[in-house]
Amino acid sequence: MPRLVSHPDEVKIISRRFGQGAENLDKYLELDGYKATQLALEKGADWIIAEMKASGLRGRGGAGFPTGMKWSFVPKQSDRPKYVLVNGDESEPGTCKDHLIFLHDPHAVIEGTIIAGLAIGAKMGFIYLRGEYRYLLKIMEKAVADAYARGFLGKNIFGSGVDFDVVTQTGAGAYEVGEESALMESLEGKRGVPRIKPPFPAVVGLYGGPTVINNAETIATVPHILLMGGEPYAKIGSERNGGTRLFGISGHVERPGVYELPMGYNLKKAIYEVAGGVRGGRGLKAVVPGGSSTPVLRPEEIDVGLDFDQMGKAGTMLGSGGIVVIDDQTCIVEFALRTIAFYQHESCGWCIPCREGTDWLKKTIGRVHAGGGVDKDLDNIRYLAENMMGRTFCPLGDAAAMPTLGFIKKFRSEFEDHLNGKPCPYARHEELVGA
Amino acid sequence: MADVTFTVDGKKLTAPAGTLLIDACKAVGIEIPAFCYYPGLSLQAACRMCVVRIEKMPKLQTACTTTVAEGMVVQTETDEIKQARKATIELLLGNHPLDCPVCDAGGECELQDMTFKYGAAESKYVEIKQHREEQQWSPVVFFDRPRCILCYRCVRVCGEGMDVWALGIQNRGVSAVIAPNGQDHLECEECGMCIDICPVGALTSGTYRYKTRPWEMTHVATICTHCGDGCKTTLGTRRSNDGMEIVRGDNRDKSGINGDFLCIKGRYAFDFANRTERLTKPLVRQADGQFKEASWSEAIDFAAKRLREIRESKGGQAIGVIGSNRTTNEENYLLQKFARTVLGTNNIDHHRTVDYVSFAAALAGKSERTASLRDTANAPAILLLGNDPTEQHPALAWNLRSNVRLNRARIYIANHAEIKLRRQAKQFLEIPKDGYASLVQYLAGNDSVVAANEQTAAFRDAIRKEESLLIIFGSEFRGRDIQALVEFGLSLPNTKFVLLGDYANSRGAADMGLLPDTLPGYVPVASAAHFADEYGAVLPQNAGLDLLQMFDAAQSGNLAALYVVGSNPVTRYGVDPAVLKNTFVIVQDMFLTETAQLADVVFPAANLYEKAGTVTNTYGDIQLVKKAADKAGVRSDFELIVRLADRMGADLKKLVPFGRGVRADMGQTRGAQSGEADRHSVWLAAHGLEPKLSPFDPFATLDEIQRLVPSYSFSRLELLAGSDQHAKSELVQISAAPARRDLVLPSQDTLFTSGTLGRYSDKLKEVLDSHTTPKPVEAAAD
Ligand SMILES: Cc1cc2nc3c(=O)[nH]c(=O)nc-3n(C[C@H](O)[C@H](O)[C@H](O)COP(=O)(O)O)c2cc1C
Ligand code: SF4
Ligand code: SF4
Ligand code: SF4
Ligand code: SF4
Ligand code: FES
Repeated sequence: MPRLVSHPDEVKIISRRFGQGAENLDKYLELDGYKATQLALEKGADWIIAEMKASGLRGRGGAGFPTGMKWSFVPKQSDRPKYVLVNGDESEPGTCKDHLIFLHDPHAVIEGTIIAGLAIGAKMGFIYLRGEYRYLLKIMEKAVADAYARGFLGKNIFGSGVDFDVVTQTGAGAYEVGEESALMESLEGKRGVPRIKPPFPAVVGLYGGPTVINNAETIATVPHILLMGGEPYAKIGSERNGGTRLFGISGHVERPGVYELPMGYNLKKAIYEVAGGVRGGRGLKAVVPGGSSTPVLRPEEIDVGLDFDQMGKAGTMLGSGGIVVIDDQTCIVEFALRTIAFYQHESCGWCIPCREGTDWLKKTIGRVHAGGGVDKDLDNIRYLAENMMGRTFCPLGDAAAMPTLGFIKKFRSEFEDHLNGKPCPYARHEELVGA
Repeated sequence: MADVTFTVDGKKLTAPAGTLLIDACKAVGIEIPAFCYYPGLSLQAACRMCVVRIEKMPKLQTACTTTVAEGMVVQTETDEIKQARKATIELLLGNHPLDCPVCDAGGECELQDMTFKYGAAESKYVEIKQHREEQQWSPVVFFDRPRCILCYRCVRVCGEGMDVWALGIQNRGVSAVIAPNGQDHLECEECGMCIDICPVGALTSGTYRYKTRPWEMTHVATICTHCGDGCKTTLGTRRSNDGMEIVRGDNRDKSGINGDFLCIKGRYAFDFANRTERLTKPLVRQADGQFKEASWSEAIDFAAKRLREIRESKGGQAIGVIGSNRTTNEENYLLQKFARTVLGTNNIDHHRTVDYVSFAAALAGKSERTASLRDTANAPAILLLGNDPTEQHPALAWNLRSNVRLNRARIYIANHAEIKLRRQAKQFLEIPKDGYASLVQYLAGNDSVVAANEQTAAFRDAIRKEESLLIIFGSEFRGRDIQALVEFGLSLPNTKFVLLGDYANSRGAADMGLLPDTLPGYVPVASAAHFADEYGAVLPQNAGLDLLQMFDAAQSGNLAALYVVGSNPVTRYGVDPAVLKNTFVIVQDMFLTETAQLADVVFPAANLYEKAGTVTNTYGDIQLVKKAADKAGVRSDFELIVRLADRMGADLKKLVPFGRGVRADMGQTRGAQSGEADRHSVWLAAHGLEPKLSPFDPFATLDEIQRLVPSYSFSRLELLAGSDQHAKSELVQISAAPARRDLVLPSQDTLFTSGTLGRYSDKLKEVLDSHTTPKPVEAAAD
């Protein structure tokens, strides 16, 4: 089991039950478990949505869409059944937060799913875990079974007359199925390729029914919000960015781990105080602030608040909250290569710019790193990435192009240092780069 | 839907709300490039070629998925857009083999065209391209993976269009690849639609690959010779040692009644024409019983002399004539005229695949009651009784599927077998093989004839609720059953009918009077006065012998001569060869068929791809047949009939009204300004003003058909321009006796057979052999 970390600046809401045995239903009930569900059953859909809107909670999957608003888009009347879908595909490199929730607090996910269902009028929810999280599926499945056994799921939950079912499912190992519509395809047993939008899932989603899809952290936050009230939750965060969020700080820091910090918390402080600073007293070269798809920041750019808006202003994104810290002995070209290699491997191949673009980027950056680069390669890398941006079928193409553009723009000289047969002039960090 | 107004490239446009931007633009001539978009198939938004700039949208948008909206302002060719398209092409070319000089698609390739337009000459990459060996997936389909641009058209046309679902996508990312769902081979209908729809040379056909370059062929649009659907096909021909050889069949202009569709037979089964067994010299049987090659004049003289002797000694009633399902209307018409005026007999018939006579009789006096093949693609409700269109009328099956998919048509099917089309049916009723007549009675309200249950009741209720209905039925219905079905249909508000006959011109054979009791247009032989006037001849008054009676007569020594044109009745009707031993038999055919083997004289004949004229499909759509191929040594059936008549001493001016047209523009010809001269002659031809200079001109006969057969009074200009013309329902009242049931012999063809002709197609044979569990093939003939 991964080691849990802690820091005094943390505000523990989602993580408050971590490490307390809450995967056990009795323990969970002791820790205020299923109170939010009963409250929601009592107060009804309109109240839930009003509280969610008031909370200012923005989706933790990466895009930061206001959750309350998303739920309110689902049509009240529908011929087809409505669904709640929990996105636990967590595959963005640098991101490892949902994993802790499934591990330590599975019932919070179930509760959040039920509440979302009550809010939109769904009678069924799906919890979808990435293929590599099969070991967490056991925990999730047990939690679901326990909830059924107590009548918290199934027919007439909590004696309320309302029925609600939850089904768990794992993927088969594709990052792309984290994209909401590809996830629905996958769940329906098809190839994990995204769908054309519109129609959006809220109107036509899983099996053609109106569907709310949320990140696992988003969903697990919901019961806490109902218990503490939307407004108090909103107050914790920064403007238009309610509450707290789980930040996974990894890379070359002294105390890597997942920390729950209020939205808007300073990035520099998070690295230097919360995570203990760059490991071994080395200098900082760069920070990838929100999962591998977010554009890199140089050391002079990290004095910025960790929320969706401030990060946007800084020319990058809050993304999935996975902060990767890179020290001054790391080769950025190699880092860029690792990043693009991931997206090349994960491109679903549906659309031309991403399918072909990621491949040529990987080949070209790989050659540059290996010392076979020529001058025009650098412009070419930039040209390729620029021509992928905004042109692909789903955001994965952007996710591949954006960081690449960041690296080549902000660290061009490091690329130049590799040209014309020169061996990589920077030390290798085996731990980071891998084989 | 209501119209909306929007602006594209500064032009104000209107289109119904919900129209795709790409279609709305195309309609006004603004072509937006597209690889993955294909009208009628599901949207993909995968190639990103169709990106356009829409005001107030942050990113470029795909025109293939955007629907037009009120006030929308669109740019389709700005520098930004051109750059995006150029980049996409560069990416594609990065892994593309660029083997255009040998690629089948070279010259007809959408990737080439786009590259030419958006320019991507500079190669940005130095890495080696991915390579994979070419694969053969079936006798018909080959796949060259590196050329594939993954537009998914093939996958969709096979799945959505054909309902076969033989193709899929394997792997992901740059390793994604089109692959057969049956591992290494296709389990499919071999239609070649996937090849046709492929924008590049990734899918190629077993018949055409590496044969020639597109620009080396002459392309001739004509009509498929196989089934009764009469698809328009374009034959690519090339000079060969002995004429013009067909190297490709495809569907280039897609303007025909078949739209996008061709089945394996229309696309690939033209190869019979190139078979080495083709007869190219007349054969005459010698005293020793052996065939000997003869010159044309010897053979014709010989045949004509014998026919004349028999006519003079025994009278016309001792001669029989059997016509063809695959000859043109003009040939069929000429053949019956020859029989009635030169031979002096009504003993004329053909292999009837369905009972068109009863159908015409049932519809007598009703107009606008038959449907075109085109109507089957958009009729809102269809009742299909009998037949298996997937096997026997592939184009109809395509239309019905498309109609359900695109227009949500309701199809009600009753059949004695679980035919594939039931998958598209709103309701499917399995009935006994002999239960069709009772079903019609039941539909008409008689509850006592079938074991009615909830399902049958629902079926009947649904049909009766339809506000308009297209009733399509097969050879299961004959004689009085057709009458009953038509009566039931006419009791509903708005009904049209289709009777499904089997071959390219089966309908034309009946329409043109290859029948012992009716003249062209189903005019009874007893009331033939205006034909007699026009022909300037005395016509035999009594109904002649039908096909089976002719063989009976031969057996009893009462048929001295039999003239068989393009037909193999000996095999089809299981005739004992001994029956014909005392009959003088003349056969015109491409091959030495079982019937030809019994002949005294055999004339090598041209096939439908080697001649001009018109044919009528089973729906009554009349279309132009153009001469595409040519084979030294063979003659058209039209010419052969004329030559025989000539040698028999007939007045050719009476037989073929040639020389009647007058050049209206005498004295003002403009010389050889080619473009002008061409249009000029099209107009003249269209109005019957082109002089018919010889008796070999089938259009002289078409003039006469149009004069005498009211249902064929269509626009000649439209026909010559390549459009199909629908024959009107029969107007005359006829009282033909229902034919003997055994006279009507459905061909039992499958997707991969086509009567006697099909047996001479190597491609069909190869496909039949390769299908591990072959469908039952009957020794079919026609
Ligand atoms: C390529 C790609 C991968 C994604 N992967 C994930 C993921 O692993 N988990 C996740 O919650 N959202 C992922 N998303 C975002 C989802 O599409 C979706 O926006 C999210 O699940 C919505 O939840 P939220 O509103 O709670 O953030 C991904 C998006 C893309 C384009
Ligand atoms: S951008 Fe295109 S190829 Fe890439 S993952 Fe999305 S749909 Fe697939
Ligand atoms: S030939 Fe026709 S049936 Fe076969 S794979 Fe191609 S489209 Fe499908
Ligand atoms: S084989 Fe042809 S039609 Fe099929 S995906 Fe490739 S390019 Fe498109
Ligand atoms: S459907 Fe009939 S007419 Fe059309 S191509 Fe096939 S055999 Fe020919
Ligand atoms: S045609 Fe629109 S994306 Fe391919």
